[in-house]
Parts: sequence; C-alpha cells; structure tokens
Amino acid sequence: MSTIELANVSRWYGNVVAVNDITMTIGPGVTGLLGPNGAGKSTVLHLIAGFLAPSRGKLTVGDVPSWRNPDIYRTVGLVPERDSVYAFLTGEEFVLATARLHELADPAGATRRAIAIVDMAEAQDRRISTYSKGMRQRIKVAAALVHDPQVLLLDEPFNGMDPRQRLHMMDLLTKLGAEGRTILLSSHILEEVERLADTIQVIVSGRLAASGDFRAIRRLMTSRPHVFLVRTSDDRLLGSALIGRPAVAGVELTHGGLQVRASDYGTFSRELAVLARNQGVRLREVLPEDESLESVFAYLIET
Amino acid sequence: MSGVFNKVVASITVRAVFGRRRALIFAIPPLILILVTLALKAARPPGAPWPGRILGDFGFTVILPLTALIIGTSVLGAEIDDGSIVHLLATPVRRSSVIVTKFAVGAVLTMAFVAVPELIAALIATGTFGKLAIGLFVGALAGSVIYNAVFVMLSVLTTRAIAVGLLYVLVWEAVLGNFVSGARVLSVGQYSLGVANGIAHDSALHAGLTLTTALIMGAIVTVLTLVFASRRLSEFSLKGDAV
Repeated sequence: MSTIELANVSRWYGNVVAVNDITMTIGPGVTGLLGPNGAGKSTVLHLIAGFLAPSRGKLTVGDVPSWRNPDIYRTVGLVPERDSVYAFLTGEEFVLATARLHELADPAGATRRAIAIVDMAEAQDRRISTYSKGMRQRIKVAAALVHDPQVLLLDEPFNGMDPRQRLHMMDLLTKLGAEGRTILLSSHILEEVERLADTIQVIVSGRLAASGDFRAIRRLMTSRPHVFLVRTSDDRLLGSALIGRPAVAGVELTHGGLQVRASDYGTFSRELAVLARNQGVRLREVLPEDESLESVFAYLIET
Repeated sequence: MSGVFNKVVASITVRAVFGRRRALIFAIPPLILILVTLALKAARPPGAPWPGRILGDFGFTVILPLTALIIGTSVLGAEIDDGSIVHLLATPVRRSSVIVTKFAVGAVLTMAFVAVPELIAALIATGTFGKLAIGLFVGALAGSVIYNAVFVMLSVLTTRAIAVGLLYVLVWEAVLGNFVSGARVLSVGQYSLGVANGIAHDSALHAGLTLTTALIMGAIVTVLTLVFASRRLSEFSLKGDAV
C-alpha cells in the first residue's frame, strides 16, 4: 500500500514541458528527490500528491491513482513547501483540526502523539503566527503525520531551518523511514539528501537524470572531470608541467589564467601546490569553475 | 461530520474570516444603510414612498452585493490565495463538503451583516413590522444565499474573484439589468428584489421578476454554481516549479 509508481509520466503547461516521461518506483525508506531549482521536483511531488493531473502516463500511490482521489490522503501525508498555515490557530488546534478532518477515532490522542513525534509539546499552545520557520515546518509535519500515514511527501522540508532544526528533522525522517514508511523529500541541496536518503531520484530539466543508490551516484559525481581556473606568476610554465600529469586531462591558456581540466579531482588537488613550488611558480588563485549543482547534474545527464 | 456540512471546516473558516482585517469592512455597508435610513427618517415626512426605494434600490443593489462579495470571496478565496487550502485539501474531506460548508458560512455571515440590518432599517423607516420589513428581510436572506454561491464559485475559478464579482455587480446587474430586461433573468439582485416584492407588493422596490421566477432561477443558480465549484475544487492544482 505504500509504493509510489510513475509510468511514463509527463506534465506540460501549454508548450512548456515541466516533467518529461518519468518512470520510477519509490518504496519504503527515505528517498530523495534531488535536482536544481526549477528542475521539476515540486511538479513531481504535486503529481504524486494528487495536486496536479499528469498530462500523460500513469501515476499511482498504493495502486490507486492520486489525481481527483481524496481517499489517498488516508494513507498519504503531505508537507507542502509553501509556508502558509492557519497562523491564527495554535499548533495543537491545527493538528487537532487535521485529525478531525481525517475523522480519526481518537483525534485528541492522535494529536498528542503527532506533536510528541516532532517535539513541539512545549509550544503547542502558542499561535502558529508566533512560530519560527523551523517550528512551522515541524507543526506541518505533525499535521501530516497525525493519521499515521504510510507515505509522507515533503517539499523542500529544510528550507529556512537553522542547522539544529535541520538535524532534528533529519533524525525524525530517518526514524520514520526506518519504521517502514515511504518517505519522499525534495531538495536542491546535495548534502541534505546525502545524510538522509538511501536512494535518490535526480531530476534535471524535467527528466529523470539518475536513479538508485545514493553512494553509487555520488561516486559518479565526484569522479567527473573538474574544471579549475588557476592564476599564477607564470601560467605558461605551470601549464606545461601540468599537462604532463596523469590527473590532468587538458590545459588551456586563457586571458584570465590557466583553465585546467582535472580527470582525477583528489590527485590534482594534492599535486597542484607541489608542482607549482617545484617549478618556482607562485599560485595566486585557484577557482573551481563548475562546482554548481547544475553542472553536476548536467554531467549526470551526459553519462 | 460525515454529512455535507463539515463543522471543522466551518470553525476554521469563521476564525479565518474574523482573523483578517477585511472582517471590519463587513460592518461598514450595513452601518451606512442604517445611518442613511436614520437621516432620511429625520428629513422626510412619514408616508412618503422612500423606504421601498432606498432599502430596495440602495440596499439590494449596493449594500447586499458588495457585502456578499467581500464575505463570499473571503471564506474560500483567501485560503486559495495564500495556499493554506492545501492543508484542508490534503485530507479525505469531500470537495463538495468543503464548498457547501464555505458557502453556508458565507451565507450566514451575509445574512447577519445585511439581512438583519435591512430588517432593522426597514423597521426604522416604516415604524412597523409590516409586509415591507418582512419582504426586505426575506429578500435579503435569499440574496445572501444566492450571491454567496456565485462568489464562492468565482473564488475557485479565478484568483481575481473580487474584480470579476465587482464587474458582475456593477456592469451586469447595475447597468445591463436596468436597461436590458433579459439581463434581469440572470441577476441575483433581481432575484432578491423579486422575493422581497413577492411579499411586500411595493412598486417602489422596482422588482423586475415575479416571485416564482425569482425563486426558480435563484434555486437553479445556487445549485449549479455549487456543483460547478465542487467539481473545480476537486481539480485544484498546485503550481509546480518555475519552468
């Protein structure tokens, strides 16, 4: 009942394709939906949550379509990205109202349990309007968990949280995943997902760029060629020395300095300073040119 | 709870409506109506035909639709605008139940802020609990119901519900309704006046429809708009990534 399945799902708005032919299966445990901003992560989450109709393809949560099917919310909890909650309610009132909307047998008991899970008992009697961003996020998680769902969908859950709140949320999601729930969270920050998710689905430009075990994909990411801009006291001399090294795939003399393509990031990083010293060249600046997540994802698409 | 009216949705809606500054605006139109009535009462001799005109024309074509517009677009539209509706829709509550509950809350609030002041103003104007006062009160009750159904539907259809509602009230009802007799058949203001006149029988109300037509058309419009709004809400979509 807790498996999410997308089969050739596309979603477009007029001529713009937001999600392009995505096929994936998400089972119990924590799965990270990773990709740069605007890649289509939220669109995929909204499709799964039943808040968008697929333009093409089939999408099911626990074997039933989520679109126009409010009954799926008996097994699905959603934590939307937008920080809009009923700010005039207290935390407890908000979670209790959600429990009642789910028509739970013991809404008060379920509310107490959900608030305890997110560690918000002390602040439960305060109005949500007085909460910090992190507290709002936690009370949203409590409301999403109040009916004990098997599937929990979270859209950028760490946005606006301070480091301590992030750690708390990570521990909570890890625990929920270990209990056998299907936890799907979207993020554009690699390190967040790295600490949490067993498997990842990488979305780039609306397409599924990589899918599977996080460590294997991480290795792929770190072993890709890295481009550095190196400024020195003698670019030509250092360039000729660098091209002889196996860790370097190419060197180009530019007006701004040396553009070096390293095939082995680790070895190049260790050798560069030694090589410069041996050649009597002073290093003025070493800048990684392609460290943005977008370039990492772009590399994943090419491989 | 399992019925069409949902108490939890109603409770959240009432608290949301009165939690906004816009709630203060509800009280202004009825206050103006009562003040105008008091002023006319003081200025005019008793027996002149002004009560029907001011409470019918001004009350039913200005106060009632504007107050219903503010309330009807508040009960659901504000939640859609700020995105908090997602928390309500991410539960198994039937979408028709959300619409009917929001509509019922809007209708009752409009009755409290328009129909009751209409009755008070009519009592001040006529000095008796006669046919005119009863007719105006019942007509305003009917208008509260029908207008709210229309404005709740507009909230689901467009993020510019207030602008579209104003256009309907000011252009369709106030201008076309006065000059094109066919437009009256699709005018909620005329349904309300038709109901009021069906009881009051006062030519000063300028009712353009019979009681029967007003009741039948009012019922059809209410049911159709609520059904349509429920269908649209069940297809409520969240915007995805910036693409």
